[in-house]
Amino acid sequence: MLRAVVAFAAAVLVAFIVLPLAGLLAHITPGGFAEALRTPAAHHALQLSAITTTITLTITLLLGTPLAYVLARADFPGRRLVDAVADLPIVVPPAVAGIALLFAFGRNGTLGPLLHAFGVQLSFSTAAVVLAQTFVSAPFYVRAARAAFAAGDRTLEAASATLGMGPLRTFAYITVPLAAPALLGGAVLTWARALGEFGATIMFAGNLEGVSQTLPLAVYLNLESGDLPIATALSIVLVAFSLFVVAAVRLTAEREAA
Amino acid sequence: MTLRFDVRKRLREFTLDAAADLPAGVTLLEGPSGAGKTTLLLLIAGLAVPDGGRIALGERVLADAATRTFVPPAARNVALVFQEYALFPHLDVAANVGYGLRARSVPAAERALRVRRALDRFEIAELAGARVNELSGGQRQRVALARALVVEPAALLLDEPLAALDPATRDRVRGELAAMLADIGVPAVFVSHDPSDRAHFGARTLRLERGELAR
Repeated sequence: MLRAVVAFAAAVLVAFIVLPLAGLLAHITPGGFAEALRTPAAHHALQLSAITTTITLTITLLLGTPLAYVLARADFPGRRLVDAVADLPIVVPPAVAGIALLFAFGRNGTLGPLLHAFGVQLSFSTAAVVLAQTFVSAPFYVRAARAAFAAGDRTLEAASATLGMGPLRTFAYITVPLAAPALLGGAVLTWARALGEFGATIMFAGNLEGVSQTLPLAVYLNLESGDLPIATALSIVLVAFSLFVVAAVRLTAEREAA
Repeated sequence: MTLRFDVRKRLREFTLDAAADLPAGVTLLEGPSGAGKTTLLLLIAGLAVPDGGRIALGERVLADAATRTFVPPAARNVALVFQEYALFPHLDVAANVGYGLRARSVPAAERALRVRRALDRFEIAELAGARVNELSGGQRQRVALARALVVEPAALLLDEPLAALDPATRDRVRGELAAMLADIGVPAVFVSHDPSDRAHFGARTLRLERGELAR
């Protein structure tokens, strides 16, 4: 009896996840899917998402790796506070992140006049998309990298040093390769979060085709405007990427465990 | 080449205060666990910073609290064989042995030659392409020693290099290690808490207890 209840509860939740996603496929024919992806709106959204998420990931790796290393290894006053702040965007609602970014970097924001003096107008631009994505997605990489650096074997780094490698080369030849599976997993999560970013982007970057209309925004706009095939086709693309991400993260986790 | 040190380092329960002049050849450093033996090695290697005193290798000052001199470990040319060997798990045996040569920017061809020679000398040539985690304890120990000596260090430090081995292997490896270190031309400090090492390595012995050296 208990077994049946458990099995039923489990089946309900799994069906609840699978049915809507699978239902996407029922709402479009293969021909319609291909045709929808060839429309300029879909094309622009795919291109913009590819470009912005790549830039976001690059910024995250360049800035997030040193931050994660410092958080994992250095001891300084306020480290725990910085640690908590670095995690904050994971739990802050994206819409709040968007309005906060607008208040900070928008035309009338705190840094607006300064940016304006340099001829930079961030809000409602592709740069704003990247900022919004970086804000919400970078913590995923930082968390994974911080954990990997904290778990790293310091004796191996000490051995590298006594063999003549300075700190930078020890980091490159020992620390990073040994942390690579975790770093990769974190990078994939950050990329996926950036790809799905909606709330902060629409608040801070707007919803302009070719400028700030990324895949999730295009899904939303085309649903609103009644162009269902494009909304459906782009949704399927996003689900496919998500599946890839889940599989990739599991594979790296399993390889790490092995 | 003489290794001279006269250093102080505050530890949790006492202060390590040790001074000695060590000529080329093996010096056993004995003492109970927690006496500060490993700390002394770390100070000489540059992996720990002394609170006071001076360390010099020949004419070269490695650390001097008075002049605030501190040569980082990577620039000391002091090789350390760690207790658990600290071989790099993501590199094969040849890359582990060649690591210090890579650090010194030795050209690839010369590096390959010197690695080859080191592997031959330690009779592990057939393991060149093996992963570190495929090796037995005795093999690891040879790889660690080859990796430390291939760079021709100015001093060699060994932190209980036999402790990670099972008793049967230990007896065999001890003899091999003694033979390999017999003609070493630089100061070698061998940390041990096994009294039977003395018979094999026969050399000078320093005894460290609660941070103080006795001869």
